[in-house]
Formats: sequence, structure tokens, C-alpha cells
Amino acid sequence: MLCFNVVMKKELLNENDIGRIISRMAHEIVERNRGCKGLNVVGIQQGGVALASRIAQKMSAIENIEVPSASLDISFYRDDLDIRKTQPVVRKTNVPFDINGKTIILVDDVIYTGRTVRAAMGALMDFGRPAQIQLAVLIDRGHRELPISADYIGKNIPTSKAEIIKVLFKERDQVDQVYIQRVE
Amino acid sequence: MYKDLISIKDLSTQDIDLIISTAISFKEVLQRDIKKVPTLRGKTAINLFFEPSTRTKTSFELAQKRLSTDVINFTVPTSSVVKGESLFDTIKTIEAYGVDFIIIRHQSSGVPYLVSRFANASIINAGDGINEHPTQALLDTFTIIERKGAVAGLNIAIVGDIFHSRVARSNIYCLTKLGANVRLIAPNTLLPKGIENENVHIYTNLDKGIKDADVIMTLRIQKERQSGGFLSTTEEYFRFWGLTRKKMASAKPDVIVMHPGPMNRGVEIASEVCDSLHSVIYDQVVNGLAVRMAVLYLLSSAKLNYTGSL
Amino acid sequence: MDIILKNGHIVDPSAGINTVGHIVVKDGKIKKIILASGIAEEETAKDMQIIDVAGLHVFPGLVDIHVHLREPGYEYKETIESGCKAGLKGGFTTLCCMPNTRPPNDNKTITEYIVQKGRSLRLCNVHPIGAITKKQDGKELSEVGIMKDSGCVAFSDDGRPVTNSLIMRRALEYAKVFDVPIISHAEDVYLSDDGVMNEGYVSTHLGLKGIPAEAEVIMIKRDIELAALTGGSLHIAHVSTAGGVSAIREAKSLGINVTAETTPHYFHITEDYVNGYNTSAKVNPPLRTQKDVQAIRQGLHDGSIDCIATDHAPHHRDDKECEFDRAAFGISGLETALALGLKLVEDGVLSLSTLIEKMTIAPSNILKLGKGTLREGADADIVVVDLNMEFTVDKEDLVSKGKNTPFHGWRLKGVSVLTIVDGDIKYNLKQVNQ
Repeated sequence: MLCFNVVMKKELLNENDIGRIISRMAHEIVERNRGCKGLNVVGIQQGGVALASRIAQKMSAIENIEVPSASLDISFYRDDLDIRKTQPVVRKTNVPFDINGKTIILVDDVIYTGRTVRAAMGALMDFGRPAQIQLAVLIDRGHRELPISADYIGKNIPTSKAEIIKVLFKERDQVDQVYIQRVE
Repeated sequence: MYKDLISIKDLSTQDIDLIISTAISFKEVLQRDIKKVPTLRGKTAINLFFEPSTRTKTSFELAQKRLSTDVINFTVPTSSVVKGESLFDTIKTIEAYGVDFIIIRHQSSGVPYLVSRFANASIINAGDGINEHPTQALLDTFTIIERKGAVAGLNIAIVGDIFHSRVARSNIYCLTKLGANVRLIAPNTLLPKGIENENVHIYTNLDKGIKDADVIMTLRIQKERQSGGFLSTTEEYFRFWGLTRKKMASAKPDVIVMHPGPMNRGVEIASEVCDSLHSVIYDQVVNGLAVRMAVLYLLSSAKLNYTGSL
Repeated sequence: MDIILKNGHIVDPSAGINTVGHIVVKDGKIKKIILASGIAEEETAKDMQIIDVAGLHVFPGLVDIHVHLREPGYEYKETIESGCKAGLKGGFTTLCCMPNTRPPNDNKTITEYIVQKGRSLRLCNVHPIGAITKKQDGKELSEVGIMKDSGCVAFSDDGRPVTNSLIMRRALEYAKVFDVPIISHAEDVYLSDDGVMNEGYVSTHLGLKGIPAEAEVIMIKRDIELAALTGGSLHIAHVSTAGGVSAIREAKSLGINVTAETTPHYFHITEDYVNGYNTSAKVNPPLRTQKDVQAIRQGLHDGSIDCIATDHAPHHRDDKECEFDRAAFGISGLETALALGLKLVEDGVLSLSTLIEKMTIAPSNILKLGKGTLREGADADIVVVDLNMEFTVDKEDLVSKGKNTPFHGWRLKGVSVLTIVDGDIKYNLKQVNQ
């Protein structure tokens, strides 16, 4: 008989939930910034990119002006290259606009220790000097190791460190879903 | 787990793909206003050049600086090698400084390999004797992929002093591994014995060799080869093996022309060719930087899955 | 003390002996070989040392006509003493040392120094080989006659060839006057250029410059032609190529006065040993291909190659642990030669008797040393060998100062347990029961 760990997998959000949350977050961003002028959305590779483009589209729809979105790979800025067994796969960075003086909405799917966001801010600063950076995340699962907090949160989900949060997007995974998984 | 880049022969096609795709990302970094990333902050690299080199050393040094690596250059005239210190003592002394990367160029084939056997640092071969120059082959491959999409199936002609060229050897290993039809074009005096076993086609006639070529790689001809009986005059070489626009007519219309530099205009390549739109010689320079950054990045925690062995 | 070696299996090709018997040694000479089972009155002589060597083989002490003892000048690589001790361990009782010392052995002062040193050490018999040309630079002939009188048994510029054909012709003609052979290091240095290993796919694969087989073959053929022209006595050193073997075979069939030697590394290993830039396998002439190994074996089998030498070329580790291009050429061979030779017997290339012939009487005859035999009255140079004892070659175990062997780690069979020179036990592996 095959022997493996019991994996408990539980859906937290389905496609409709995610759609509603994105819509709400887009409204919050527009509200806080009094429109979309000078706003650029930047998604962190890999989970933040699809979310960023959906938020940007929603914002465009609300205000009826185009909101540019970009992708940012932060591999070269990570602080854990030394302790990893393998280097992270480097994905595409495509920031097609000038970020100087702009308000950047930095987007990621999950915020956890805060180290990815720190690296992303470092990377972003090398592209220029934005007027402001605001952070939007779909899931905040707690356990911060750095003094970083998100400005826009889709859903707070308290977790233990043994749990894994998975965010799937149609663009990449054929389905919109958030689930939690516990390996015992 | 391997930590070194000594020979293209040690790389799998997956390793090569990983290096090229990482190089693409670094090339994007190089197009930013701030071209430096903190990736290898706190790491130290020593460029140990036992042979004069401007281009390769500059490229490595800049790659290291773009990655925030601390760099020390150690070249022969200022080194203790001239005082009769053995190679291995030199390496051990350098290792005592706790460096992470040692980039070695040496006139004797096999030196980077021998050093990698006992050094803890990552050893990168920046050219050993007439053996290999792996980062050059990787940057050439990157340049070809950038222009042609892929290497497999391309007709790639390498013209010139194959015998003395580590660039040629590394490119032969790399491009045949990736499925190119590699042709070597040279007078017999400049072809190393047994090279036909490397799955390449040998031509002594340039016109035949570059027929339908997608890529023509020209190699530097060193003037001192005349005295070794490898060739007659450089004028005669140019007439039969020098690449001119007229001779290029038999290649494909969109052929690209490469040269590892430094070029001898009017010996292996005519000015009208290296200054033409076919030439990708300056792409090779910037790609060299990106590839060397990629190699340093990937070796910094040794994740290339080597398949070959010497 | 006088000795009786009892019950050993005696193999002496010079006398056609290959059977169990006893050897009586008296006053440093072979007094008698008794092939009958009983021992006569000698056994009862009370001042005789009786050594029972039942189950072991007894051969004439091995004769190596091609070694480098490095003294004078390169004592950090080897000395006459350390080389002789390595020889004794390997079963050799006679060593002929090449002249590429510093200064080279191109005059009688050096020759006398080597002879004296060898005599005073009382280890192996040491016979110098003189340089053909002064400073071994291929230009002016050495004082062949005077050096012969001082003890040189042959002449060679080994380490390099006599490039100038005219000088080689003169050397063969001139040496004929004194009845000494010329030993040819056959290499066309222009063809070898700055090569460091055999030319072929492996050299291309490693990015090392190659020495084509033709560099040897051409020179062997030239020297054979010169031997034919002059009637001089020519011995070809360290044959490594199939082409060389054929050329010598043909010359012999034409009655030309030529002999030849090869060494264990040319009949066991190929250029593949250079892989990994292994400087222990860097040797000149270089290790060749499997085809050459087969041809060398055939040459030994059919007699085209007369004898086995070692070309023992010890080097200090500093001369080997370095860049391949810069590393010295040479293999430390005295302590592995016998077992590597015995492997030829195991492989069915040579009979035991033929192998021993090629390591004793044959080389002795080429240089007219009067050694390599157990005939009554001969110098009592004897080696007792355990053919069944296995060992693993460990370079650190070598007695020679040169630890440069490509056979490190090889499992071999056949160990010399007792080496006797001039009737005295000079090497005794395990204090054989006495």
C-alpha cells in the first residue's frame, strides 16, 4: 500500500468570490486616490501579475481611462539566495512606463513574511523614484517578519506556518480559486 | 552538485536553456537606467588572468559589478606567478581570502579543470589554452537564438583557425548539442585532428561551406600562424577564406555574421561585412555581459544539473 | 655469506632452465644449479645460508637498460641510491642510466662519478650510458672511446633525438669502432612541435597539442636506414607505435643490425589515461592508441621488439602537479615493471620464459653486459618472485622519489620478495624464512 502524508485541502474562495473581491479592491484604490490619474499597477512575478492586470482593467472600467499594468520579477533582489538550494527561476520583468513621480500600486497574491514585498520595492526603486507605493494583496495570511503592511487586502486568513495557501488564476491555472492545504 | 563552469561538454541542453533564459532577464536589467542589481551583494570574485585579455576581462568585471559582487583583478604582470610561484599555490593563496568565484583564463588547456578539482570557490573558465571558452559559446548561442529564434536546424558555418580556437571548440560542442548543422571551414592546416568526430561537416572551400548558411562565425587569424606553416600570407588567406559581401551571396539572405573579436579587418573579414546589417558583432558584446551575469547568478548556489563529465 | 636457494622454480632463459631446483651461490658467483631433488655436500656446509624458496620463482636479476637516475644534478627527483633501491624492490639488479643529467654525462668525469657512486653504494649494478653529442645538443660527438673505457655501455642523447642526420650517421660509424651501440630516442621534433600527448581525437577533445605517431615512425625509419648505411649497431628506445614496430620488423627481416625495446606503459595503457589532464600519464613518446598497444604486444610476441625496459623517469611532484603543458614528461616505472610484464603472461602475449628473457638476457646481450643469466660462474644476481602475491599500486608506497605513475590503484600480481646482487641479499620483502 502506498504511504504518504494526509493532505487536507479546503477551498477558501471560488471564482465568484475572487471576482467580487477584485472589484471591491479596485473601487477602494480608485476611491483612496481620487481617480486613476497617475496610477500604475505593478504585479510581482509570478502570482501578482494576473491579479495586477485584472485590478488595472477593473480600475479602467470604473474611471474609463487606461490604467497601465506591468510585471516585475524580484529574483535578483531576494535576500535568501544564499540559503536556497536552487536559484529561483527568473521570470519576465516588463515595466513599459516611466515610474518617476507616479503612484505605484504594487500587487501580489499573498502576503506572508513581507520579504518579497521588500525585494519588490528595492527592484522598483531601481526603475526610478515613484511618488508613492501602495500595496494590494488578495490574501494576508499573517506571520510578518518585516514592518510591512498592505493598503488593500482582499481577505485576511489566519494560518499556521505548516499550512500552504494556493491562489490559482485562470490566466495561468485554468481556474480561479484560493485554497488552503495542510500537510500532516 | 557542480559549482563550476569548465566546459560546455558538462552542460545539458536544459542547462544551456536555463542559462540563456536567465541571460534574457539580465539583458532587460541592462536596459534599465540603473543597471545594477543587488543579487550577489557580499560575494567576492577574482578575475585571474594569466594571459592578456581586454574584452573578456572587461565583460566579466562589468557583469560582476552589475550584480554587486566585489571584484579583484589579478593579472600576470602584477602577480606572483612571475616570481615562480606554482599555479596551485597561487590558487590556494587566493582561496584563503574566502572568494566565491574564481574566473580563470590560462594559456594551458585544462587549468580551470585542474583548479576546480580542489578549489572550494566556483571556477569559471574564461578560456584555457586551445581548449574551451564556454561563456563565449553561450553568448554566441544567445545571440543566435535572439536573431533566429532557435538553434536547431540552422546551418552554422565556423570559418578560420579552428585548430587554435577555444571559441570554435566551445561553439562546436554547444551548437551541435542544440541540433545545429555545424560546418567548419578552414585550410587543412587549421583543422584539429579528429574534429570530424564531433558531428560537423568539414569544408576547405568557403563558398561551398557557407552555402545556405544562417549564421557565419568568423574567427581571428593571428599573424604569427604564418611562421608555423599554418598558412601563407594573410593576403592569400583573405582571398580564399576572408568573408566578403560577394562571397556571402551564397548564404541565406538573412544570414548573420559573428566574430568573437578582436577583428582583423581585411584578413578574416572585410569591413563591408562587419559594418553591414548582417553583422551582430556588437550584440555579441552586450549579450556577453548578460550571459556572464546569468552564469554567475546560477552558479552562486550551484543548480546547473550537469550531465557530462570529462 | 654463501647461499643456497632451495626448491625454487628456476626460470633462466639463457640456459634454457624452467624447472624446480636449487642454486648454490659462492663468493658472489653462481656456483652450481642443481636440478635434482637432493642437495649434495653443500647443504651440509655449515657456513652456508640456506633459504627455502619453495613455491616461489627464481629468475636472473632483471636488467633495465633504460632508466633515468637523475644524478648528478637533479637529486631532488631521484638519486643513484634511491633509484637503485627502487630497482631492487622491483627485482632489478642492473640499471643502465641515461645521460640527461645536469651536467649531462658527456665526458669521462661524469661517467666515472656515476660508476664510482654505483660501486660504493653496492646496491644494483649501475652502468652509465654516455651522451652521443656534447651537451646532448646534437652537434659535436662526445669522447665515445674514452667514456667507454670509463664505463659507458652505450651512447644515447635520450630525452631528445639526434636531429641532424649527418651527425647520427657519424655517431653510428664512430661508435662501431668501439663496438658500442647507439640508442636512438626516435622523435622528429619538428613534427612533435610543442605537442604534449598523442595526436588524435583525445588531444582535440582535451584541447591539448598532439604529437603524431609519425614523429616516432619517421625517425625510426631514418635511423634504420642509417644503420643499414653504416653497419653500426642501433638500438631503438621506447617504441610506442604500430608503425615503429612494423619498421623494425621489416629492418630485421632485411638483416639490418637493429634492436628495440618498449616499456610497460606502451603495452598496457593508451592516450585515454590523459583524460582529466592527468600529468602522471604525460610521457614521451606519448601514450598511444589501442591499435598501437596491440601492435607493441604483437612485436614483443614475434620478437620484433627484443626487450622490455622501463624508461624509469622519476619526477618531483612540483614537476608534475602543475599545468599539463608545463608538466615534465615521464613515468616512474621500476617498481611496477615486473608485475606489468607478468600481466602480459596472464594475457597470453608472452610465455613466462620469454618475458624473463626480455627482461634479463636479451637486454644484457644488446649492451653486452654479461648479466641476466644464472649460468655457472656468472655474477650471482638473482631475484625471487612470488607470482601469486597480489598488491595494489599506491604511488605513495614507491621507494623511488618519483611518485609519478599512471598505474596508481591498479591491482597487480607478482612481487619480488628477495633480490640478490653479487651474492648479497640487497632486498628482502618479508625476511624470507632462512
